[in-house]
Amino acid sequence: MIPLPAPKPEVLARRVQIVAALQAIIPGDGVISEALRLKPYETDGLSAYRQPPLAVVLPTSTEQVAAVLKYCNAHGVRVVPRGAGTSLSGGALPLADAVVMGLMRMNHIKTVDYENRLAVVEAGVTNLGITKHVEADGFFYAPDPSSQLACMIGGNVMMNSGGAHCLKYGVTANNLLGLTFVTIEGEVVQIGGTYLDAPGYDWLGIITGSEGQLGVVTEVTVRILRGPEGARAMLAAFDSIEVAGQAVDAIIGSGIIPVALEFMDRPCIHACEAFAHAGYPLDAEAMLIIEVEGNVEEQDRLLGWIKEICNRFNPISLKVAETAEESLAIWKGRKGAFGAVGRISPDYLCMDGTIPTGELPFVLKRIGEMSASYGLQVANVFHAGDGNLHPLIMFDANNEASFHAAENFGADILKLCVEVGGCLTGEHGVGIEKRDLMPVQFSPLELDQMRAIKGAFDPQWLLNPAKVFPLEGNPIFATIPVLNAA
Amino acid sequence: MLSSTIVPKSEDAVASLVIAAAAQGEKLAIEGNGSKRALLRPVQATRSVSLRGLTGITLYHPTELIISARAGTPLPEIEAALAEHGQHIIAEPPDLSALFGASRPATIGGIVATNLSGPRRIAWGAMRDHVMGIRAVNGKGEIFRSGGRVLKNVTGLDLCKLLTGSHGTLGVITEVTLKVLPAPKATGTVSIRVATLEQGIAALSAGLGSPFSVTGAALLPEGEGATAHLRIEDFSESVAYRCGKLRDDMARFGEATIGMDTQALWQGIRDAEPLGATAEEAIWRVSVQPSAAPGVVAALRAVGGGKFLLDWGGGLVWVAAHASEAAHQAVVAAALAAQGSYTLFRAPEALRGSVAVLPDEVPALAAIARRVKAVMDPAGLLNPGRMRAGQ
Ligand SMILES: Cc1cc2nc3c(=O)[nH]c(=O)nc-3n(C[C@H](O)[C@H](O)[C@H](O)COP(=O)(O)OP(=O)(O)OC[C@H]3O[C@@H](n4cnc5c(N)ncnc54)[C@H](O)[C@@H]3O)c2cc1C
Ligand SMILES: Cc1cc2nc3c(=O)[nH]c(=O)nc-3n(C[C@H](O)[C@H](O)[C@H](O)COP(=O)(O)OP(=O)(O)OC[C@H]3O[C@@H](n4cnc5c(N)ncnc54)[C@H](O)[C@@H]3O)c2cc1C
Repeated sequence: MIPLPAPKPEVLARRVQIVAALQAIIPGDGVISEALRLKPYETDGLSAYRQPPLAVVLPTSTEQVAAVLKYCNAHGVRVVPRGAGTSLSGGALPLADAVVMGLMRMNHIKTVDYENRLAVVEAGVTNLGITKHVEADGFFYAPDPSSQLACMIGGNVMMNSGGAHCLKYGVTANNLLGLTFVTIEGEVVQIGGTYLDAPGYDWLGIITGSEGQLGVVTEVTVRILRGPEGARAMLAAFDSIEVAGQAVDAIIGSGIIPVALEFMDRPCIHACEAFAHAGYPLDAEAMLIIEVEGNVEEQDRLLGWIKEICNRFNPISLKVAETAEESLAIWKGRKGAFGAVGRISPDYLCMDGTIPTGELPFVLKRIGEMSASYGLQVANVFHAGDGNLHPLIMFDANNEASFHAAENFGADILKLCVEVGGCLTGEHGVGIEKRDLMPVQFSPLELDQMRAIKGAFDPQWLLNPAKVFPLEGNPIFATIPVLNAA
Repeated sequence: MLSSTIVPKSEDAVASLVIAAAAQGEKLAIEGNGSKRALLRPVQATRSVSLRGLTGITLYHPTELIISARAGTPLPEIEAALAEHGQHIIAEPPDLSALFGASRPATIGGIVATNLSGPRRIAWGAMRDHVMGIRAVNGKGEIFRSGGRVLKNVTGLDLCKLLTGSHGTLGVITEVTLKVLPAPKATGTVSIRVATLEQGIAALSAGLGSPFSVTGAALLPEGEGATAHLRIEDFSESVAYRCGKLRDDMARFGEATIGMDTQALWQGIRDAEPLGATAEEAIWRVSVQPSAAPGVVAALRAVGGGKFLLDWGGGLVWVAAHASEAAHQAVVAAALAAQGSYTLFRAPEALRGSVAVLPDEVPALAAIARRVKAVMDPAGLLNPGRMRAGQ
């Protein structure tokens, strides 16, 4: 279990006054303090950890956000910002003495500007909500995390989320123009704007991916893009992971950049096939889903080349979608991969390290060995073009030993990722989940420098503390009792 | 004022230099390839440190789309190594040696420190979008890393982005790792003669809003009218097909023609050649939303004129005009009226020293900037005053 810091007794003691002060800022039902109604906020996508907060506020305007932060800053109250709570790393997990600030009521799309190809949206608009709003006009918002139906743009900014199509379109950071950002002092500042590359320090860049450590985002100006004429997928299956890895290298080496290049191993193929009946080859050790864009002739030409390349690696199955429907069928299994694994084992941990793609065969072999020695099943699905792994470790939540083993197994995988030249997290963030592994990737000096930069934004360490940075290096966390798992 | 230039040969030597400077209360001007100090505000330093002794590609894995090089590596060396494998630097950084009369090529560290990107920025992102890892020495002489050598990484705060574009005021970059991509096999351009700048911007916006993956969108004013250029880069079959579709679509804005093998045109735009600035003129870069660009040009024409080149669909306005405070104030006013931003890019030292070369930050951000600077460079010895007073 990952320890959380002790709550501040003086804050707990003032709970009634704090709630009253918050109610004065947010009238109506925007402040929650009854135990039953706090329940939905006590965890996020990392549901093994639970902690009800002191209170929840649901502001509806930037002014309310600013007033709440100003109050909390003046009174030493910790704040945990929250979007949809789909973080898989415990980024939105509350603390007992913290106010959870949920942005979900700030869910308006304020401006859509096709001439300048941008949209201004409030932080609580869902990722898919943006694309849905502009797709009738042929546009889309590019980053597409699998959680896009639920997760919110503010959460995407703070986790710098990616998706299946970031090989071509980049991650969240590459698709932003500006933010309305509220500091812990309650100052509202405009970062960037409706133009590219403001001179001066890249505040937009350092805030993106900062996991709620630096301030609260209330509005986001995103770039929207015109979609291609069309897109189509193909599937290629191989009888060994090494060979599939070589095929990936050969495709990228040929100069073709598919918009998506996804990889699944045997356990994942089986889970997805049982769930989605997508026609995946059950005798394969590894399978690639490759998608290209353009008009039909361009698609045919690119898929033809890729097919030729794959043929050099003795595929056991090669299927090019002939229609958009066949494409959807190929994707259906992959898109439902987490759900499919969830049917085999309701409890799983989704890891998220990134490795240099050349290390793929070695890393997958080691993960297989670890799986055997921990006695826990693992299914691998990931973005092959950029080396972002998602091993899904299955365990039994009713068995504490099984959960501990799963956590240790996960930590071993992430250490391995760093060892081969990669990193702890490609898109899910550090949160609490990987917090104590940070010294595996960073030196004490590097960690202290990042801590000091957090301190430059948040001198009292009130914003989402206890995440990202190991506690022992943070002077403000004196005692560190351990929280119990649910 | 600068007594000497030191050329350290290793990262450790850079660190020792910074430590020694801190001990002696010296201030350091950080340089890439040396010759050019005519940049942003004049730096108040006693010594100059050039990274040109730290050279060489340290890692290049074409199939992983990753290259690492020491900061002083000349850009052409990196481009040549990539070209051998049919790859390129995505953001298409400019070669401004002609514009600045520099004799030596830019270094990769200098390009990252200034976050300079070319026309492809509009489609594929800026330099800052492709810096995957960085090694640097902070103002305390401590060596640190951020990011790494993989394409996706959200581990910890992204100091790569903070350092990119920070003009050497937060750390001395010693090594960078970039994401690279396969270079396109062919480049085609659809050129449209338009009667007004407004029409030109409308054409560029329509091109960028088309499904044909436009990777360059520039507008070259000529008298009252202009020529709009839209670039397609891809495999040659695709380029031919999409240029044809795009030309048919663009006919509504003016006479549209297709040019193939148009790399030279775009290299010129990248390096701001069509701007035609004389050696005496000052140069500004104004960032606005594309639809505001004609207003910026009109405002400047109304108060004495200038020369203009519009890139990034109109989002980047290059301006050349008389190097005077009055001209500077006019550019500032036009940029701010358009809710955009500006950089005084090239000017004599007297002008750069007397005006704000970048817009000031609002007080809340300025306070954060001071605290960040205090974290990275507490004694303020790296490029003091380069960007703004104290930055
Ligand atoms: C089934 C499933 C699939 C997923 N697939 C992907 C995927 O493909 N790619 C991917 O990248 N991620 C994926 N995720 C992870 C998750 O969806 C993303 O991290 C997402 O961006 C979180 O958004 P959220 O609105 O749920 O934020 P939350 O989980 O509520 O918060 C995330 C973090 O951001 C902070 N935060 C949220 N909003 C704000 C704000 N407005 N201001 C300041 N801080 C804020 C929180 O404090 C927290 O640290 C997946 C998750 C699930 C459950
Ligand atoms: C506002 C602006 C003004 C410019 N003015 C000029 C000019 O007057 N003359 C000219 O030739 N080019 C100029 N350029 C172009 C640009 O600087 C060059 O194309 C490119 O950066 C040159 O590389 P260099 O190695 O010669 O860097 P330099 O020109 O030596 O340095 C460029 C900037 O980056 C910093 N820097 C360089 N290397 C590092 C490093 N390793 N770590 C940290 N900081 C570093 C320097 O302190 C300086 O602020 C300008 C660019 C901008 C954005």
